[in-house]
Amino acid sequence: MKEYETVIGLEVHVELATKTKIFCGCSTAFGGAPNTHTCPVCTGMPGSLPVLNKQVVEYAMAVGIATNCEINRKNIFDRKNYFYPDNPQNYQISQLYHPICVNGHVDIQTEDGVKSIGIHEIHMEEDAGKLVHDEWEDCSLVDYNRSGVPLIEIVSEPDMRSAEEVIAYLDKLRLIVQYLGASDCKLQEGSMRADVNLSVREKGSKEYGTRTETKNLNSFKAIARAIENERNRQIDLIEAGEEVVQETRRWDDNKEYSYAMRSKEDAQDYRYFPDPDLVPVSIDDAWYDRVKAAQPEFRDEKKARYVKEFDLPEYDADILTGEKKLADLFEATTAICNKPKKVSNWLMGETMRLMKDRSMEASDLTFAPENLAKIIELVDSSAINNNVAKEVFELVFTDNIDPDQYVEEKGLKTVHDEGALRATVEQVIADNPQSVEDYRGGKEKALGFLVGQTMKAMKGKADPGMINKLLKELL
Amino acid sequence: MSLMQLTAVELGKKIKAGEVSVVEAATAALDAIEKRDAKYHCYVTVVDRETVLKKAAEVQAKIDAGELTGPLAGVPVAIKDNMCTEGLLTTCSSKILGNFVPTFSSEAVLNLEKAGAVILGKTNMDEFAMGSTTETSAYGVTKNPWNEEHVPGGSSGGSAAAVAAEECFYALGSDTGGSIRQPASYCGVVGMKPTYGTVSRYGLIAYGSSLDQIGPMAKDVTDVATILECIASHDPKDSTSVARTEEEYRFTDALVDDVKGLKIGIPRDYLGEGLDPEVKESILAAAKALEAKGAIVEEFDLSLVEYAIPAYYVIASAEASSNLERFDGVKYGYRAKEYEGLHQMYKKTRSEGFGPEVKRRIMLGSFVLSSGYYDAYYLKALRTKALIKKAFDKAFEKYDIILGPAAPTTAPKLGSSLSDPIKMYLGDIYTISVNLAGLPGITVPCGFDSKGLPIGLQMIGDCFAEKTLIRAAYAFEQTHPYTRANVEE
Repeated sequence: MKEYETVIGLEVHVELATKTKIFCGCSTAFGGAPNTHTCPVCTGMPGSLPVLNKQVVEYAMAVGIATNCEINRKNIFDRKNYFYPDNPQNYQISQLYHPICVNGHVDIQTEDGVKSIGIHEIHMEEDAGKLVHDEWEDCSLVDYNRSGVPLIEIVSEPDMRSAEEVIAYLDKLRLIVQYLGASDCKLQEGSMRADVNLSVREKGSKEYGTRTETKNLNSFKAIARAIENERNRQIDLIEAGEEVVQETRRWDDNKEYSYAMRSKEDAQDYRYFPDPDLVPVSIDDAWYDRVKAAQPEFRDEKKARYVKEFDLPEYDADILTGEKKLADLFEATTAICNKPKKVSNWLMGETMRLMKDRSMEASDLTFAPENLAKIIELVDSSAINNNVAKEVFELVFTDNIDPDQYVEEKGLKTVHDEGALRATVEQVIADNPQSVEDYRGGKEKALGFLVGQTMKAMKGKADPGMINKLLKELL
Repeated sequence: MSLMQLTAVELGKKIKAGEVSVVEAATAALDAIEKRDAKYHCYVTVVDRETVLKKAAEVQAKIDAGELTGPLAGVPVAIKDNMCTEGLLTTCSSKILGNFVPTFSSEAVLNLEKAGAVILGKTNMDEFAMGSTTETSAYGVTKNPWNEEHVPGGSSGGSAAAVAAEECFYALGSDTGGSIRQPASYCGVVGMKPTYGTVSRYGLIAYGSSLDQIGPMAKDVTDVATILECIASHDPKDSTSVARTEEEYRFTDALVDDVKGLKIGIPRDYLGEGLDPEVKESILAAAKALEAKGAIVEEFDLSLVEYAIPAYYVIASAEASSNLERFDGVKYGYRAKEYEGLHQMYKKTRSEGFGPEVKRRIMLGSFVLSSGYYDAYYLKALRTKALIKKAFDKAFEKYDIILGPAAPTTAPKLGSSLSDPIKMYLGDIYTISVNLAGLPGITVPCGFDSKGLPIGLQMIGDCFAEKTLIRAAYAFEQTHPYTRANVEE
């Protein structure tokens, strides 16, 4: 068999985090009873007119600057005409002729070092509504709550060659957008969606093969699987002497299989033309400069700074900066308690463990950095021991309780009164003659049991070091 | 004399003075509609008497309480049926919107209501404003009050005829390629298309969005200036709405009988082939009348006039083909009774719901936007539009006003226009370039042909120069007062 190279370009849709829709004042909040976040504009009522939400331009511009794009200073919106009930006007307002950002790139880390992935363009557009099929009534219903939610579409050049590069590129985009606060980029909830354009060619060939576009990819894993599958499907076709058909395919992640949705021959003519209801938006130098100046510290810079400024291990810095929310929590908590490594340990340890248990994403974290800082202080001052701290932290994690108050109210403070502890230890020794004998006979393990019994009797509020010391002394 | 003979401003004064009540005025209008509309068919929908009179009483109470003091407070009005009116059927004279009741009112209508207008009903029009005769309406033809065998013009034919037939005190129309000015001319009333962006398009059901503009239709220039002052506003809901200075919004300040030194240009191209000699004679006589009042009148070459019609029909149809996509049977309006699957539902709904002229323009518009033709047609038309605007800019360096006819002939006979659409499109030659260039234009009655049909004088101003137009139209009107159509009382 010949050697093949996979050529991949991505179209990534990102739902922007504006409070209101792109062309009307309706809420973009996820959920809500059907058609409650709607108005005449986003339901396409006759006579309604769109008015651009400038925040959309601002976010798109910010993403463009962060991905090294040139920013088009005169922005025109075009209508993309097609009939479908999720699209209330039967045209989508998008940008074809003058996308806001062009000619950018982002650098990704690959096995062979740094690779630059070209960004062909980024344009602004509106999302469509959602069709719901009612099995009982055998009819379709439409919910326009999502209609008019702002999107940017980031179109890459066909610069990627493997699923690993695709994932690295997507992760890079996700972090850039999250750091900008332009979107939460959740693949599962659809606030970030990627369509994969893929073709294969013989290694060394300069010509591109015929490409397909695969849609409905809801996780990084699905993307990796779909790429592998589509690459093999195309190679099999070529090896069998058949032709790859230019078409759009839909991925079914349960069946790990894609099927053809429509071929190029069925491709619609969208009859794009500039939307006469919207006026061109000019981006002047002042606006551009303001957005550029407001660019945050991105992941790579932040990572380097964490190592340098907080003396964190590279590993910690990498994990913490891998989610904007974790980095924010780290910085805010450290600012309060000034114990970076301890904060890092809590975030990478207990926090991530609890997130995993509950299948949460970092963006779902709600606890206040003040409360994590308080726990660290309580442990450091030996007011509570580690086990109690973990117990209290779980409540901080779930309900954002105030640890000081909670520890006080529940009487969880470690008992430092040696007299009281001595009495308990004496009692434990008296109650467990077998273990005492074992210890004296050289079984070190028996000591652990006695420590545990003492801690139990103290309801967990004892200092383990002190128990050890007393036990040894009395034995 | 019947109350219905009063102009809107005259009636407003009488209401203010307590000589006429709002209920009396509304009753007179409803009686006139009842008596005459079976004959002229100006209205698609007339609001029921109880609702109108209740509203009239409310407005009266506000006038009595001193809350409503404007010149149009209490004056009944007719609205073209392409402007949304909350809770009131709005059909665009199309079967596809035959059951459509809007949930909100258009901004222009709201502005009128704030000023104390009482809405009588919705006037007939060419379906979706596509046509020049009001004959493409799905709800029957409107007849010209000067001669029932003739059309009232279009597309705002119902509004023009309702004013001329004294079935309202004033009306709103909309003008995409002459749809206010041409029917005003055919029906012997005054109609004005303001500068693009002057009156909000919010709630106006779009035909050609970059060309559409709402404007007043009434018996005289004073009314038209007063109505415009009321409906013009900067509306943040319409991105193409323009904010103008307070002084610029005071259109009635221009009601001055003085054209001394006003420079008027008549494009030679407007007087050439195709223009009816009687119309030409009347227009030139009107120019003479203005000259006699001290205006300076001369002929000049405007150029590009012959390109306006093709450019217009490409742009307006392209926009219309997209604007009318939302009428699909899914959300509101007509839906075909029987169909299998979504695609057939769309197809049958739209095939059955739209009339032939609308379908023609949707097809034309879809064609010029389709891939491979976009550059050759749509882009070229946009460039032509820009050149036409330049030609006007150049003319306005020299002239304050451009003067000409509103249409090549007086109102044609019913049934004589639709069989030859190209000929019908050519009839828009004098009005269309005004929309392409976004300019204001006004039509005032200036005479009659030998058949006794009215002739309208069109005056065109530079962008935002409505006041110059109003002044010239007002001065001309002093030499040529309003003539009533012979409507039976």
